[in-house]
Amino acid sequence: MNDIMIGLEVHVQLNKLKSKLFCGCSTDYQDEEPNTHTCPVCLGLPGALPVINKRAVECGIKVALALNCEVLEQTLFYRKNYFYPDLPKGFQISQYDFPLAVNGKMSVETDRGEKIIRINRVHMEEDPARMIHEGGIEYSRHSLIDYNRSGMALLEIVTEPDLKSPKEARRFLDKLRSILEYLDVFDGDLEGAMRVDSNISLAGGDRAEVKNISSHKGVEKALSYEATRQKNLLRRNIKITQETRHYDEERGITISMRTKEGEEDYRYFPEPDLPPMSVKSWTERLKDEIPELPDAKIRRFVEEYGVKENHARSLTSDIEIADYFEIVCKSSICTIPHQKVVRMAREIDPNMAASWIVDVLKGELNYRGMKIGRSPLTEDKTIKILKDLSSGKITEKNAVEIIREILDKGGDPEEIMRRRGFGRLDRSETEILVKKVIEGNPKVVEDYHKKKKRALNFLVGRVMALSKGKSDPKDVNELLEKYL
Amino acid sequence: MIDEEDLRQIARLAKIELNDEEVKEFSPQIRSILALFDEIDEVETEDVEPTFHVFGLKNVFREDAASPSLAGEDAIKNAPKKERGYIEGPKIM
Amino acid sequence: MKNYFKDGIKGFRHFVEDGETEEVTRRLMDKIKENRFNAYITVCEDAIERAREIDKNEGDGRLLGMPIAVKDNLSTRGVETTCASKILRGYVPPYDAAVVERLKEEGAIIVGKTNMDEFAMGTTTETSFFGPTRNPWDEDRVPGGSSGGSAAAVASGECIASLGTDTGGSVRCPASFCGISGIKPTYGLVSRYGLIAYSNSLECVGTMGSSIEDASLLLDVISGKDSRDSTSIDPALYRLPSEKFGKIGVLTQFFDGVEEDVLKHVWNAIHKLEDLGIEYEEIDLPNLRYALSSYYIIAMSEASSNLARYDGVRYGLRGKDLDWDTTFSRIRAEGFGKEVKRRILMGTFSLSAGYYGKYYLKALKVRNLIIKDFERAFRKRKLDAIVSPTMPYKPFKLGEKIEDPISMYLSDIYTVPVNLTGLPSVSIPCGFSEGLPIGIQLIGRAFDEETIINIAKIYEENTDHQKKVSGLL
Ligand SMILES: [Mg+2]
Ligand SMILES: [Zn+2]
Repeated sequence: MNDIMIGLEVHVQLNKLKSKLFCGCSTDYQDEEPNTHTCPVCLGLPGALPVINKRAVECGIKVALALNCEVLEQTLFYRKNYFYPDLPKGFQISQYDFPLAVNGKMSVETDRGEKIIRINRVHMEEDPARMIHEGGIEYSRHSLIDYNRSGMALLEIVTEPDLKSPKEARRFLDKLRSILEYLDVFDGDLEGAMRVDSNISLAGGDRAEVKNISSHKGVEKALSYEATRQKNLLRRNIKITQETRHYDEERGITISMRTKEGEEDYRYFPEPDLPPMSVKSWTERLKDEIPELPDAKIRRFVEEYGVKENHARSLTSDIEIADYFEIVCKSSICTIPHQKVVRMAREIDPNMAASWIVDVLKGELNYRGMKIGRSPLTEDKTIKILKDLSSGKITEKNAVEIIREILDKGGDPEEIMRRRGFGRLDRSETEILVKKVIEGNPKVVEDYHKKKKRALNFLVGRVMALSKGKSDPKDVNELLEKYL
Repeated sequence: MIDEEDLRQIARLAKIELNDEEVKEFSPQIRSILALFDEIDEVETEDVEPTFHVFGLKNVFREDAASPSLAGEDAIKNAPKKERGYIEGPKIM
Repeated sequence: MKNYFKDGIKGFRHFVEDGETEEVTRRLMDKIKENRFNAYITVCEDAIERAREIDKNEGDGRLLGMPIAVKDNLSTRGVETTCASKILRGYVPPYDAAVVERLKEEGAIIVGKTNMDEFAMGTTTETSFFGPTRNPWDEDRVPGGSSGGSAAAVASGECIASLGTDTGGSVRCPASFCGISGIKPTYGLVSRYGLIAYSNSLECVGTMGSSIEDASLLLDVISGKDSRDSTSIDPALYRLPSEKFGKIGVLTQFFDGVEEDVLKHVWNAIHKLEDLGIEYEEIDLPNLRYALSSYYIIAMSEASSNLARYDGVRYGLRGKDLDWDTTFSRIRAEGFGKEVKRRILMGTFSLSAGYYGKYYLKALKVRNLIIKDFERAFRKRKLDAIVSPTMPYKPFKLGEKIEDPISMYLSDIYTVPVNLTGLPSVSIPCGFSEGLPIGIQLIGRAFDEETIINIAKIYEENTDHQKKVSGLL
């Protein structure tokens, strides 16, 4: 078995910023007409000048810190010079020597346990424009260019070639995404938010670079394809040459794009329109903006709530789910002003909550392509459902039905339970039970008429037992009095 | 020393198609300009910092606030070719 | 045409106050259109309309009604801006450069876009795609460059004052060759927003007028920090306490390469200043001999990158569509002139793999040494200014140097150190020889434009070289 070495260059759009990296154009262009979010700067018009978005640098530092990187004392923007139709200035403002941060690490859960992946560097750069090739890149007679994306702030996160399988690469990306979302700098659901260039080589071969893959699954597939291709070449003693390949998502294969003589010559030099930055001193302040990250949360969930580690891992992979879980566990439905929920004695077993959220809720959300934060199933509703479930008021099947209905149509669990006959019986059903109990216990009925108070309690108990606690005690009392 | 083939390679990097006449004309000129450039070789600069900004300016930023983009057709009105709001570029392959 | 401009901006105010703006502007536009010196690339047809409005509702502003010309590498909203290049023909910017905004705010009338060397790369205004500008003192000679159109327009009375840009002498050289005053401000004093880049770390927008007073009024209007230019500076934060020492340093280096009559007039000026109470001493800066090489390395490297955006996609010339690589290479071959190509090629080479450290980075270090040389000279010798000839020669004949790039580059020897150091500098006329003007350059401390302008004013008041230009107006 050949040793595989994979390194990733991950381009992350800082799409939670309000404006682009070097101009004031709004980042909110997702559903807009082409070229409506552009200005002289991001169109590369002659004479326009860049000005650095301070918040973008701050976000970069937060990410660097979360990846355990060292922020450099001095950091500089460079020009990376190359021509391509999506690049309005004929160069990309990026970083080279003096990147924002270097020497980080991130742990990834692999089949062989926890593993440290080294981060070579984190740097900032601007996004090129988006191109459309009608009829496919190979056959289109022109390219159509939309500069709305041009100038969006990107972070490029470069790993060392520490990943040993396509699956590990995917795990790395999943974890990276969750960290970025924890930091509130990134929304991975937006189109083109994360794009990956990956290097893969087998022991004894040159590396191939597969460029610009936009999904985690795509990365795993492309790398698997590439690993097999390279293995086959090696087996036949064919030399693997260094080259850039394109991943064809539809066909699931990689195609050679550039085998031209040697590497590109980017002619990097410091961007003369942007004075150097010295921002290391910001780190103390920005540390306060970094929330508890997934690894720490996993440990705490195991210790504080006693949930299983695999549940903790799953709960924390998405910060919204993690927060949701904690609210469900820590609270009853009693709410008070200015505070979402008030903490009371634990009425819901955290283990049960965890398994419901991980095994049921996440699946139902995924199936619907829904984010928990934007779903109608607010925490108080889940709390209600799980409480009724633990008190035996409703069955597991009922609970699943209620969750599905709320996700699909919204609504209130109580109302759904009542309407769909889950849980509490309605008055007419209780009436039947009451009659049954009266008929079946003539002796107690007699006692009742002799004013034996205990007799009534006994009858109430019988009705409740018969209804498995689902009858309304008020109904039971009233109906017993009526028929006795 | 730059020869004609080097010059053609540089021209490819700069994306400027040169004809044979230009190559003939530019080669000696470029060699003499390079001789001018090479004068700085003799300066001792080991302990000298490069000038990234002439007065040592640092840390110039703007706040993250959105401001209006170009209005209407202004973004694409200079483009020689356009289609449905897109700017038309040449084909890739 | 009646000589409306002979008393400069101050004198012209009367015509505006008397409601004659439209009348004068109309005549001026006719004169411009005669195109005697090819000073303009584009004439602003709405100038007369603007003048009429000014006559109707007397607005205010320090430049109210003043016909100002603007170099064609400064963006003007709605007015074609070409940098004198074929590749930018037909490009109409959707925005104004910061300096153009400021002119308009002060009531100026922009009468046209002036001719220049293509992308400001030149010392003669001969590399313009639209043909050379001619020197109003002698039509067979060059006006200097690259802001030759802006200088010729002032010297010939085709505007009252103008904006140029100065990357390595491009305001001072044509000011000197055309017998007018030009100011290259401290780097960062004037916003570069909207200035079409040639070499970002060196270039500045500068001003020209028939007197130092007019040029400095214009500078006053366009100065000030601009948040759209990250390298623009609030001068208050950098200005040193303004001490006056009554002494200047004379940069006698390279004097053996200076034309004899140029040298004679420069020395005369220095002695005149001495008579006026300003002492001088000769100075020699150790690293100055590397100024030209480091200047050209930096300028061409940055230029090769700045000019990469001209690919015919978003604006400008567009050719037949083939694959993108061929399309770009052909359009750039067709759209750029020779000097521009040469500089792009040189810059591309000097930044290419393995050469960055030898050229660009090294040049940035040498630049630092030159900055320190000047700082030391000003501080240790307690100088108010450093003076030199602006140009080592009188204006050359058209075509005389255009085929010999190196000898052309060498003529920038006194102007480029100023751009490397970011210091302010003025060029004013200091004499005439064979009917051709000669200029002297005064270099000041950073953000201390005031001192050199004051020395220039004292000199101007006590000599009559400046007045000669009005003979042409
Ligand atoms: Mg990158
Ligand atoms: Zn923009």
